Amino acid sequence: MRNLLRRYWRALWRPSAYYSLGFLTIGGFVAGVVFWGAFNTALEATNTEKFCITCHVMRDNVYQEIQPTIHFTNRSGVRAKCPDCHVPKDWTHKIARKMQASKEVWGYIFRTIHTREKFLAKRKELAEREWARMKANDSLECRNCHDLDSMDFTRQSQRARNEHSRELQTGQKTCIDCHKGIAHRLPDMARQ
Amino acid sequence: MKFLLALLFCASAFAQHDPLRGPAPVDEVGRPAPLVNAENNDRKRTRSYAMQPPTIPHKTDNYQVDKYANKCLDCHARTRAADTQATPISITHYQDRDGTFLADVSPRRYFCEQCHVVQMETKPPVGNRFRDVDQLVRGQAKPPAKK
Repeated sequence: MRNLLRRYWRALWRPSAYYSLGFLTIGGFVAGVVFWGAFNTALEATNTEKFCITCHVMRDNVYQEIQPTIHFTNRSGVRAKCPDCHVPKDWTHKIARKMQASKEVWGYIFRTIHTREKFLAKRKELAEREWARMKANDSLECRNCHDLDSMDFTRQSQRARNEHSRELQTGQKTCIDCHKGIAHRLPDMARQ
Repeated sequence: MKFLLALLFCASAFAQHDPLRGPAPVDEVGRPAPLVNAENNDRKRTRSYAMQPPTIPHKTDNYQVDKYANKCLDCHARTRAADTQATPISITHYQDRDGTFLADVSPRRYFCEQCHVVQMETKPPVGNRFRDVDQLVRGQAKPPAKK
Protein backbone atom coordinates (compact mmCIF):
# COMPACT_ATOMS: atom_id res chain seq x y z
CA MET A 1 0.00 0.00 0.00
CA ARG A 2 2.76 2.42 0.99
CA ASN A 3 4.73 1.55 -2.12
CA LEU A 4 1.70 2.10 -4.31
CA LEU A 5 1.12 5.52 -2.82
CA ARG A 6 4.79 6.39 -3.20
CA ARG A 7 4.68 5.41 -6.87
CA TYR A 8 1.69 7.66 -7.59
CA TRP A 9 3.19 10.50 -5.58
CA ARG A 10 6.39 10.32 -7.65
CA ALA A 11 4.42 10.09 -10.92
CA LEU A 12 2.55 13.23 -9.94
CA TRP A 13 5.72 15.28 -9.88
CA ARG A 14 7.29 13.95 -13.09
CA PRO A 15 6.61 15.58 -16.47
CA SER A 16 3.93 13.84 -18.44
CA ALA A 17 5.45 11.44 -20.95
CA TYR A 18 2.21 10.37 -22.59
CA TYR A 19 -0.44 13.15 -22.57
CA SER A 20 0.09 16.34 -24.52
CA LEU A 21 0.44 19.67 -22.75
CA GLY A 22 -2.66 20.93 -24.59
CA PHE A 23 -4.75 18.01 -23.42
CA LEU A 24 -3.66 18.49 -19.84
CA THR A 25 -4.26 22.25 -19.91
CA ILE A 26 -7.60 22.25 -21.69
CA GLY A 27 -8.72 19.00 -20.03
CA GLY A 28 -7.77 20.39 -16.65
CA PHE A 29 -9.72 23.57 -17.37
CA VAL A 30 -12.83 21.68 -18.49
CA ALA A 31 -12.60 19.32 -15.54
CA GLY A 32 -12.29 22.36 -13.28
CA VAL A 33 -15.41 23.94 -14.74
CA VAL A 34 -17.35 20.72 -14.37
CA PHE A 35 -16.14 20.24 -10.80
CA TRP A 36 -16.93 23.82 -9.85
CA GLY A 37 -20.37 23.67 -11.43
CA ALA A 38 -21.18 20.41 -9.69
CA PHE A 39 -19.89 21.74 -6.38
CA ASN A 40 -22.00 24.87 -6.57
CA THR A 41 -25.08 22.98 -7.76
CA ALA A 42 -24.76 20.56 -4.86
CA LEU A 43 -24.15 23.46 -2.49
CA GLU A 44 -27.22 25.30 -3.70
CA ALA A 45 -29.29 22.13 -3.46
CA THR A 46 -28.57 22.07 0.27
CA ASN A 47 -29.77 25.67 0.50
CA THR A 48 -33.40 24.92 -0.18
CA GLU A 49 -36.37 24.52 2.10
CA LYS A 50 -37.07 21.23 0.36
CA PHE A 51 -33.68 19.91 1.46
CA CYS A 52 -34.08 21.17 5.03
CA ILE A 53 -37.36 19.38 5.57
CA THR A 54 -36.14 16.08 4.22
CA CYS A 55 -34.88 15.68 7.78
CA HIS A 56 -37.71 14.89 10.18
CA VAL A 57 -36.21 17.00 12.96
CA MET A 58 -36.65 20.11 10.83
CA ARG A 59 -39.94 19.02 9.29
CA ASP A 60 -41.68 18.06 12.53
CA ASN A 61 -40.41 20.86 14.73
CA VAL A 62 -39.28 24.15 13.28
CA TYR A 63 -41.07 23.79 9.95
CA GLN A 64 -44.38 23.22 11.71
CA GLU A 65 -43.78 26.25 13.88
CA ILE A 66 -43.07 28.71 11.10
CA GLN A 67 -46.28 27.94 9.25
CA PRO A 68 -48.71 30.11 11.26
CA THR A 69 -46.25 33.01 11.45
CA ILE A 70 -46.20 36.07 9.25
CA HIS A 71 -43.09 34.89 7.43
CA PHE A 72 -44.95 31.89 6.04
CA THR A 73 -48.63 32.78 5.93
CA ASN A 74 -49.52 36.32 5.00
CA ARG A 75 -51.77 38.43 2.82
CA SER A 76 -49.23 39.29 0.12
CA GLY A 77 -47.76 35.85 -0.52
CA VAL A 78 -44.13 36.70 0.13
CA ARG A 79 -42.52 33.88 2.00
CA ALA A 80 -39.22 33.66 3.82
CA LYS A 81 -37.85 30.16 3.49
CA CYS A 82 -35.27 28.47 5.71
CA PRO A 83 -32.12 29.61 3.84
CA ASP A 84 -33.35 33.21 3.59
CA CYS A 85 -32.72 33.59 7.30
CA HIS A 86 -30.29 30.81 8.11
CA VAL A 87 -27.79 30.89 5.25
CA PRO A 88 -25.80 34.04 4.40
CA LYS A 89 -26.17 35.19 0.81
CA ASP A 90 -22.61 36.13 -0.14
CA TRP A 91 -20.18 33.37 -0.95
CA THR A 92 -17.49 33.75 1.73
CA HIS A 93 -19.92 33.81 4.61
CA LYS A 94 -22.01 31.10 3.05
CA ILE A 95 -18.99 28.77 2.90
CA ALA A 96 -18.05 29.68 6.46
CA ARG A 97 -21.59 28.84 7.58
CA LYS A 98 -21.50 25.60 5.60
CA MET A 99 -18.32 24.57 7.37
CA GLN A 100 -19.98 25.17 10.71
CA ALA A 101 -22.92 23.17 9.46
CA SER A 102 -20.70 20.10 9.31
CA LYS A 103 -21.46 19.85 13.02
CA GLU A 104 -25.11 19.58 12.08
CA VAL A 105 -24.25 16.62 9.88
CA TRP A 106 -22.55 15.10 12.93
CA GLY A 107 -25.72 15.73 14.92
CA TYR A 108 -27.80 14.18 12.17
CA ILE A 109 -25.68 11.02 12.05
CA PHE A 110 -25.47 10.61 15.82
CA ARG A 111 -29.10 11.61 16.39
CA THR A 112 -28.40 14.46 18.77
CA ILE A 113 -31.90 15.91 18.50
CA HIS A 114 -33.58 12.90 17.01
CA THR A 115 -36.71 13.01 19.19
CA ARG A 116 -39.01 15.84 20.21
CA GLU A 117 -37.78 15.58 23.79
CA LYS A 118 -34.13 15.75 22.80
CA PHE A 119 -34.88 18.68 20.55
CA LEU A 120 -36.70 20.61 23.28
CA ALA A 121 -33.91 19.90 25.75
CA LYS A 122 -31.34 21.30 23.36
CA ARG A 123 -33.48 24.05 21.94
CA LYS A 124 -32.14 26.86 24.11
CA GLU A 125 -28.57 26.15 23.08
CA LEU A 126 -29.52 25.99 19.41
CA ALA A 127 -31.57 29.17 19.56
CA GLU A 128 -28.88 31.07 21.40
CA ARG A 129 -26.33 30.10 18.78
CA GLU A 130 -28.57 31.50 16.07
CA TRP A 131 -29.28 34.67 18.07
CA ALA A 132 -25.57 35.21 18.66
CA ARG A 133 -24.90 34.78 14.95
CA MET A 134 -27.54 37.32 14.01
CA LYS A 135 -26.44 39.74 16.68
CA ALA A 136 -22.87 39.50 15.40
CA ASN A 137 -23.79 40.28 11.79
CA ASP A 138 -26.21 43.04 12.80
CA SER A 139 -29.24 40.95 11.78
CA LEU A 140 -28.04 40.83 8.20
CA GLU A 141 -30.56 38.19 7.16
CA CYS A 142 -33.43 40.33 8.47
CA ARG A 143 -32.08 43.37 6.69
CA ASN A 144 -31.79 41.56 3.37
CA CYS A 145 -35.53 42.23 3.13
CA HIS A 146 -36.30 44.70 5.93
CA ASP A 147 -34.04 47.58 5.01
CA LEU A 148 -34.01 50.36 7.59
CA ASP A 149 -33.68 53.04 4.91
CA SER A 150 -36.78 51.75 3.15
CA MET A 151 -38.91 51.68 6.29
CA ASP A 152 -41.67 54.23 6.47
CA PHE A 153 -41.98 54.87 10.19
CA THR A 154 -45.17 56.84 9.68
CA ARG A 155 -46.86 53.65 8.48
CA GLN A 156 -45.85 51.79 11.62
CA SER A 157 -47.79 51.61 14.84
CA GLN A 158 -46.93 54.08 17.56
CA ARG A 159 -44.99 51.52 19.55
CA ALA A 160 -43.02 50.23 16.60
CA ARG A 161 -42.20 53.77 15.53
CA ASN A 162 -40.94 54.68 18.99
CA GLU A 163 -38.76 51.65 19.39
CA HIS A 164 -37.38 51.75 15.87
CA SER A 165 -36.44 55.41 15.95
CA ARG A 166 -35.11 55.28 19.49
CA GLU A 167 -33.11 52.08 19.41
CA LEU A 168 -32.81 50.63 15.92
CA GLN A 169 -31.99 53.80 14.05
CA THR A 170 -29.42 54.87 16.61
CA GLY A 171 -27.75 51.48 16.33
CA GLN A 172 -28.20 50.67 20.01
CA LYS A 173 -30.04 47.52 19.14
CA THR A 174 -30.37 45.24 16.18
CA CYS A 175 -33.46 43.43 14.91
CA ILE A 176 -32.87 40.18 16.77
CA ASP A 177 -32.58 41.94 20.15
CA CYS A 178 -36.34 42.39 20.20
CA HIS A 179 -37.68 40.12 17.48
CA LYS A 180 -36.81 36.75 18.94
CA GLY A 181 -39.17 33.85 18.53
CA ILE A 182 -41.07 35.40 15.64
CA ALA A 183 -40.56 32.54 13.22
CA HIS A 184 -40.15 29.64 15.64
CA ARG A 185 -41.29 29.02 19.19
CA LEU A 186 -39.08 30.31 21.97
CA PRO A 187 -37.04 27.93 24.13
CA ASP A 188 -37.40 27.87 27.89
CA MET A 189 -36.44 31.47 28.58
CA ALA A 190 -36.37 31.11 32.35
CA ARG A 191 -33.80 28.34 32.32
CA GLN A 192 -30.18 29.42 32.39
CA MET B 1 -104.48 24.54 22.79
CA LYS B 2 -102.34 22.20 20.79
CA PHE B 3 -102.93 24.30 17.72
CA LEU B 4 -101.99 27.45 19.57
CA LEU B 5 -98.77 25.91 20.81
CA ALA B 6 -97.89 24.74 17.33
CA LEU B 7 -98.60 28.21 15.98
CA LEU B 8 -96.45 29.77 18.66
CA PHE B 9 -93.64 27.34 17.91
CA CYS B 10 -93.77 28.08 14.20
CA ALA B 11 -93.92 31.82 14.79
CA SER B 12 -90.95 31.73 17.12
CA ALA B 13 -89.04 29.52 14.70
CA PHE B 14 -89.51 32.08 11.96
CA ALA B 15 -89.02 35.15 14.09
CA GLN B 16 -85.87 34.14 15.92
CA HIS B 17 -82.56 32.82 14.95
CA ASP B 18 -79.36 32.42 16.82
CA PRO B 19 -77.41 35.63 16.18
CA LEU B 20 -74.11 33.76 16.24
CA ARG B 21 -75.24 31.21 13.67
CA GLY B 22 -77.17 33.59 11.48
CA PRO B 23 -80.26 32.56 9.57
CA ALA B 24 -78.77 29.25 8.38
CA PRO B 25 -81.08 26.25 8.88
CA VAL B 26 -80.02 23.79 11.57
CA ASP B 27 -78.85 21.20 9.09
CA GLU B 28 -76.53 23.65 7.37
CA VAL B 29 -73.41 25.40 8.48
CA GLY B 30 -73.80 29.13 8.89
CA ARG B 31 -71.55 31.58 7.11
CA PRO B 32 -69.03 32.84 9.64
CA ALA B 33 -68.47 36.55 9.99
CA PRO B 34 -65.38 37.80 8.16
CA LEU B 35 -62.22 37.97 10.24
CA VAL B 36 -60.97 41.42 11.13
CA ASN B 37 -57.68 42.63 12.49
CA ALA B 38 -57.37 43.47 16.15
CA GLU B 39 -57.26 47.12 17.12
CA ASN B 40 -53.68 48.35 17.15
CA ASN B 41 -53.85 52.01 18.10
CA ASP B 42 -52.25 51.79 21.56
CA ARG B 43 -55.05 53.83 23.08
CA LYS B 44 -56.42 52.62 26.39
CA ARG B 45 -60.15 51.95 26.43
CA THR B 46 -62.40 52.90 29.32
CA ARG B 47 -62.95 50.08 31.74
CA SER B 48 -66.62 49.24 32.02
CA TYR B 49 -66.28 48.56 35.73
CA ALA B 50 -63.51 49.14 38.24
CA MET B 51 -62.21 45.58 38.40
CA GLN B 52 -62.36 44.92 34.68
CA PRO B 53 -59.10 43.56 33.32
CA PRO B 54 -57.95 46.27 30.92
CA THR B 55 -58.28 45.35 27.27
CA ILE B 56 -55.25 45.03 25.02
CA PRO B 57 -54.92 47.99 22.65
CA HIS B 58 -52.55 46.26 20.23
CA LYS B 59 -52.19 43.14 18.11
CA THR B 60 -51.01 39.99 19.82
CA ASP B 61 -50.82 37.70 16.82
CA ASN B 62 -48.60 34.70 17.48
CA TYR B 63 -47.56 35.90 20.91
CA GLN B 64 -46.13 32.90 22.70
CA VAL B 65 -47.45 32.39 26.20
CA ASP B 66 -46.61 28.92 27.46
CA LYS B 67 -44.39 27.24 29.96
CA TYR B 68 -41.31 28.25 28.02
CA ALA B 69 -41.86 31.93 27.42
CA ASN B 70 -44.30 34.76 27.93
CA LYS B 71 -44.19 37.32 25.15
CA CYS B 72 -46.42 39.77 27.00
CA LEU B 73 -43.95 40.00 29.86
CA ASP B 74 -41.19 40.96 27.44
CA CYS B 75 -42.65 44.44 27.76
CA HIS B 76 -45.12 44.38 30.64
CA ALA B 77 -42.87 42.83 33.27
CA ARG B 78 -41.92 45.06 36.16
CA THR B 79 -38.29 45.10 35.12
CA ARG B 80 -39.03 45.98 31.49
CA ALA B 81 -41.40 48.89 32.05
CA ALA B 82 -38.72 51.59 32.02
CA ASP B 83 -37.38 50.44 28.66
CA THR B 84 -40.64 49.86 26.92
CA GLN B 85 -42.99 52.30 28.67
CA ALA B 86 -45.61 49.58 28.66
CA THR B 87 -47.99 49.39 31.59
CA PRO B 88 -46.36 47.09 34.13
CA ILE B 89 -48.62 44.33 35.39
CA SER B 90 -50.42 45.23 38.59
CA ILE B 91 -49.32 44.20 42.04
CA THR B 92 -52.29 41.84 42.32
CA HIS B 93 -50.55 39.62 39.79
CA TYR B 94 -47.81 38.86 42.29
CA GLN B 95 -50.21 37.52 44.89
CA ASP B 96 -50.99 33.88 45.29
CA ARG B 97 -54.47 32.83 46.28
CA ASP B 98 -53.74 33.38 49.98
CA GLY B 99 -52.77 36.96 49.32
CA THR B 100 -49.08 36.37 49.87
CA PHE B 101 -46.83 38.45 47.67
CA LEU B 102 -44.40 36.52 45.51
CA ALA B 103 -41.20 37.71 43.88
CA ASP B 104 -42.51 37.12 40.39
CA VAL B 105 -45.80 36.70 38.58
CA SER B 106 -48.09 34.27 40.34
CA PRO B 107 -48.64 31.12 38.27
CA ARG B 108 -52.39 31.71 38.41
CA ARG B 109 -51.89 35.08 36.68
CA TYR B 110 -49.42 33.86 34.11
CA PHE B 111 -51.75 33.33 31.17
CA CYS B 112 -52.52 36.93 30.31
CA GLU B 113 -55.14 36.30 27.67
CA GLN B 114 -57.39 34.45 30.07
CA CYS B 115 -58.49 37.91 31.20
CA HIS B 116 -56.93 40.51 28.92
CA VAL B 117 -58.16 40.39 25.36
CA VAL B 118 -57.62 42.27 22.13
CA GLN B 119 -60.47 44.34 20.74
CA MET B 120 -61.97 44.25 17.29
CA GLU B 121 -64.05 46.83 15.53
CA THR B 122 -67.11 44.71 14.82
CA LYS B 123 -70.82 44.88 15.43
CA PRO B 124 -71.60 42.66 18.44
CA PRO B 125 -73.75 39.74 17.26
CA VAL B 126 -75.62 39.71 20.55
CA GLY B 127 -77.15 42.78 22.15
CA ASN B 128 -76.03 43.94 25.57
CA ARG B 129 -77.90 46.01 28.13
CA PHE B 130 -74.95 46.49 30.46
CA ARG B 131 -74.78 49.87 32.13
CA ASP B 132 -71.82 51.44 33.86
CA VAL B 133 -72.25 51.75 37.63
CA ASP B 134 -71.69 55.49 37.39
CA GLN B 135 -74.65 55.79 35.09
CA LEU B 136 -76.78 53.75 37.46
CA VAL B 137 -75.74 55.67 40.54
CA ARG B 138 -76.22 59.08 39.05
CA GLY B 139 -79.53 58.05 37.57
CA GLN B 140 -78.50 59.64 34.33
CA ALA B 141 -78.76 56.44 32.47
CA LYS B 142 -80.51 56.65 29.18
CA PRO B 143 -82.55 53.62 28.20
CA PRO B 144 -80.23 51.13 26.49
CA ALA B 145 -79.82 51.82 22.82
CA LYS B 146 -81.68 49.44 20.55
CA LYS B 147 -79.35 47.45 18.35
